[in-house]
Amino acid sequence: MKPLLLMLVICAWCAPLQAAIETYEFDSPQMEADYNKLVNELRCLVCQNQNLAGSDADLAQDLRRETYQMLSQGQSPQQVVDFMVERYGDFVLYRPQFQSNTYLLWLGPFVLLMCVLVILVRRLVSRKSPAAVDPEAIAHARQILENKEPNQ
Amino acid sequence: MNRFVVPLVVFVLMVGLLGYGLRLDPKLVPSPLIDKQAPPFSLAMLEQPARQLSTADMVGQVWILNVWASWCVSCRAEHKVITALANRNLVSVVGLNYKDEPAAAERWLQQFGNPYTTSVMDLDGRVGIDWGVYGVPETFVIGADGLIKYKHIGPVTHESLEQKIMPVLKELLG
Repeated sequence: MKPLLLMLVICAWCAPLQAAIETYEFDSPQMEADYNKLVNELRCLVCQNQNLAGSDADLAQDLRRETYQMLSQGQSPQQVVDFMVERYGDFVLYRPQFQSNTYLLWLGPFVLLMCVLVILVRRLVSRKSPAAVDPEAIAHARQILENKEPNQ
Repeated sequence: MNRFVVPLVVFVLMVGLLGYGLRLDPKLVPSPLIDKQAPPFSLAMLEQPARQLSTADMVGQVWILNVWASWCVSCRAEHKVITALANRNLVSVVGLNYKDEPAAAERWLQQFGNPYTTSVMDLDGRVGIDWGVYGVPETFVIGADGLIKYKHIGPVTHESLEQKIMPVLKELLG
């Protein structure tokens, strides 16, 4: 019980430390939405499995500031994305762009799904096709049904 | 027999693919700046803050930009390698003192020795962003035409100096 309690206390204590500290004032709700979308979709290269919004690394702070400044200068979100890709490569994007080297990434799952569907349909069809039955056997069965007591 | 062969082949292919993936270093992000014009800067020199060094001054010569900082532990590890490179007197080695306190940076150079032709101060890291710096130390090789020819991320070791940087330098110097 005691270690668990200690763990909870430590967790509660750490939460405020992880929060990003800078505060920015936005000219419009649209700009704020753009900013939040960008910092959530751009990767922090120092701590690679975090986005800019979630990282407390020095570089992430700088890049958040850069993003804010570019937006407040009236640049579009796409311009910010291009700026980052120009410097850090496609890897900064958590949502990779649709381009020749990412076709497989974007389309692969659908191609796989189609393959599986084709295999599934073919299996189901082959299972349903009724086995060829000898017409004589059918006639015999019908006779049995009609006579009810065929062997007597 | 056949019903075992297909899953086995698929399994072996998967293991091969994943095994290959395990050997890749995710920290090495290929720089989009290779063979692009070096991002221009004009920054004050560390030792003489009144004087500036700009990328335009370096056009026409092969040079190296080494990103370092006194707070960077791996920079100490590569310091002797950078010194060895500078001592060969092949090219100018410019230091980009990245987000550092000038006083601390000067102390660091006095303590370990100064291998740099000159060091310039990137106090707010803005030039670092233009150069796509994300893990100090980083080392760039720039050609006489002003194009970035090679980027090394992390500390340069004697092996990486001989195997990666020197071949690029030799090719550029002819």
